Amino acid sequence: MTATVTREASAGRTGPVRRRGISGHLRQERRAGWLFVAPAVIVLVVFLFAPILMAAWVSLLDWNGQSSPFSGDAEFVGLDNYRSLLVDAGLLRGDFMLSVRNTVYYVLFNVTGVVVVSFALAMVVNSHVLRGRSFFRTIFYFPAITSSVAISVLFLFLFQGSGVVNVVLSWVGVDGPSWFTDPRGVLHIVLSWFGVDAAPGALAETSLGGLSLWDWFSGPSVAMCALITLTIWASSGTFMLFFLVGLQDIPVELEEATAIDGAGAWQRFRHLTLPLMRRSIVLVVTLALISSWQVFDQVFILSQGAPAKTTLTPAYISYVRSFGDGQFGVGAAVAFVLFAIIIVLTLVQRWVGRERRA
Amino acid sequence: MRQFARTPLAVAAAVAAATVLAACGSGFDDDGDDAGSEATGATDGGGSLTVMIGSSGEAETVAVQDATARWAEESGTEVEVIPAQDLVQQLQQGFAGGNPPDVFYVSPDRFRMFAEAGSLYPYGDQIEDADDIYQPLRDAFTYEDELYCAPKDGGVHALVIDTEAWAAAGLTEADYPQNWDDLAAAAQALTTDGRVGLAFTGDYNPVGSFLLSGGGFFVNEDQTEVTADTPENLATLEYLKQNMDAGTFAFAPNIDAAWGGEALGSGKSAMTVEGAWIVGALQNDFPDRQWTAVPLPAGPGGQASTAFTNCWGIAADSDNQAAAVDLVNFLMSPEEQQTFAEAFGPIPSRASLADWNAETFPEKAAFAQGMENSRTQVAVPGFESVLADFNTQLEGMAAGTVTPEQALQALQTNGEAVLAQE
Repeated sequence: MTATVTREASAGRTGPVRRRGISGHLRQERRAGWLFVAPAVIVLVVFLFAPILMAAWVSLLDWNGQSSPFSGDAEFVGLDNYRSLLVDAGLLRGDFMLSVRNTVYYVLFNVTGVVVVSFALAMVVNSHVLRGRSFFRTIFYFPAITSSVAISVLFLFLFQGSGVVNVVLSWVGVDGPSWFTDPRGVLHIVLSWFGVDAAPGALAETSLGGLSLWDWFSGPSVAMCALITLTIWASSGTFMLFFLVGLQDIPVELEEATAIDGAGAWQRFRHLTLPLMRRSIVLVVTLALISSWQVFDQVFILSQGAPAKTTLTPAYISYVRSFGDGQFGVGAAVAFVLFAIIIVLTLVQRWVGRERRA
Repeated sequence: MRQFARTPLAVAAAVAAATVLAACGSGFDDDGDDAGSEATGATDGGGSLTVMIGSSGEAETVAVQDATARWAEESGTEVEVIPAQDLVQQLQQGFAGGNPPDVFYVSPDRFRMFAEAGSLYPYGDQIEDADDIYQPLRDAFTYEDELYCAPKDGGVHALVIDTEAWAAAGLTEADYPQNWDDLAAAAQALTTDGRVGLAFTGDYNPVGSFLLSGGGFFVNEDQTEVTADTPENLATLEYLKQNMDAGTFAFAPNIDAAWGGEALGSGKSAMTVEGAWIVGALQNDFPDRQWTAVPLPAGPGGQASTAFTNCWGIAADSDNQAAAVDLVNFLMSPEEQQTFAEAFGPIPSRASLADWNAETFPEKAAFAQGMENSRTQVAVPGFESVLADFNTQLEGMAAGTVTPEQALQALQTNGEAVLAQE
């Protein structure tokens, strides 16, 4: 806007060089606008859209990574990579379905956990009662600025068979599992307490994507639970900040008004804080959902998919297939299916969390 | 007037943006692939080589740097050694970008992928005294009857024994297991509360060594057929399963050890099956452990083991192949192999150095014995996922949810699917 004003003023001073219509102004402004956003647009196109298109092309090839994928050396196989991933029975589809199951549980528990924990932390450090609030804000944020590699290695030690977690559990008489080597699903474990050790007929016989319903309903494995704990611990500090900003936006007058009206702490939380925090919650859920589906580094460092493939995730399969087996086309196809899953789930989640008119 | 004055500004902005992008572009390239850009530089300078290694640590990096420096002094060609953070990935980037390093480590399980794609320069006929190199090691790097690269070292699995536990169980050197019955009996004698007789990493490598001793393996000799679902392999897995059920054998993760070396070092097992790398690990992490290594006991198929090796690959795209071959021949000379062995512990790949190795490093002798009867890892591209799945089946076998038959059938089916795509 400023630029326009100056230009018109100066044009007036030097006298009309040439009569320009409104449309000419507009066109010029538009050109200026494009010029200003050009650096950002170029960066986006070169580093984001072009690589995505290139990856899409690779996902249609049988490319082993030994030549340029655009040189024509790699065989074009159409949708074969997607077919062996989603349709044809085989190791790849089996692995992929397992990874989707694992990640569904990971997302479910991780997103729930992270929202609850980070919300609670934000409430605590926002409370006026707490002394040294800025100290605790810093402390709670520490995990977020620590390298995920360091955290993963630390957790590996904590969750060893003879590690700290199991020692603490033994104090209360619980014989802890060897966390990262226990492939049993927690739902299966719970069911076995009630004498259900094998699949009931219907669940064992019905299968979805080559995986029986009994296997789909295994719950996260014990190893995956340790992984979920890690992620919740490591990421709740960041999300706490999001919630903190939201909480600080709630006018104090409103809280005072509800207090004067005689609302208890729980009522204030339920009918004032929660509704006003909905936008923050939607934001955190969206971000946590997306990052959960892409989980890779913890798996890469801690478990490489073991035990019994219960910590296998799509992102990890994409990596192993590409760099391990030299099937970059398959790796790219996995990435695109993952992309589609995330888009769909984000849309669903946005629809559920949309602003409704009262 | 003003709109004309703006044109240079627009041009300047565009140029600036382009410069930034170009800078980012080359910067990115540098990050991802130092070796690549250096390799291209070699053409300009006309006299330098880049060597990319997957180093086990400081000792290995320094040893390779020193050796190449000695050669550089003789030949006048500069050499830069790059210890890769992730060798496989950095090599792939180099190949895909068309500017790989000149010389680099290649492992048998990657070899065929590189060879099939024509990424390697086959210089087998230029290796000095190639017949001296152990046959199975040369086989590992032979594709379509052509030796592609020189195996730089080699070693086999051996049975590593905790000698204190051995003596405490009333056993003597005469009792070192010669066959599978001996092994089972010894494991039983060594098993106590809190310690199993034999524990090894529950993956396809040690199990593969057992399969070889049992007279089978994952694939046939020329790796064109999957031979997983055979009576020999079934008998081997049943032997392992039987002893695991008896509590005398175990996979290391099931007794809370990351690998066989940790199981033995921490005293959770009295024997393990590992390669020569266990020597350094035990010395560093468990210096108090008294141990010895003996060749793997013979199974129904005789004495056999898996061999582990790497070769000096030379890129087909290298502009300085003659110099690279010269460098490799220098590094492959008996003297240099001895220097390497002393510096960071690899076992020489030349049979003529077997006696020297056994005398100089008696603790490593067992890891070089029986090299003639060994086989290296499966080289078929795409087999990594198949064998990873077999690992999962083995876990299931240990947990009792998968039978040996099922494990082998799954391996057969998955392996055939990969070979069918070849």
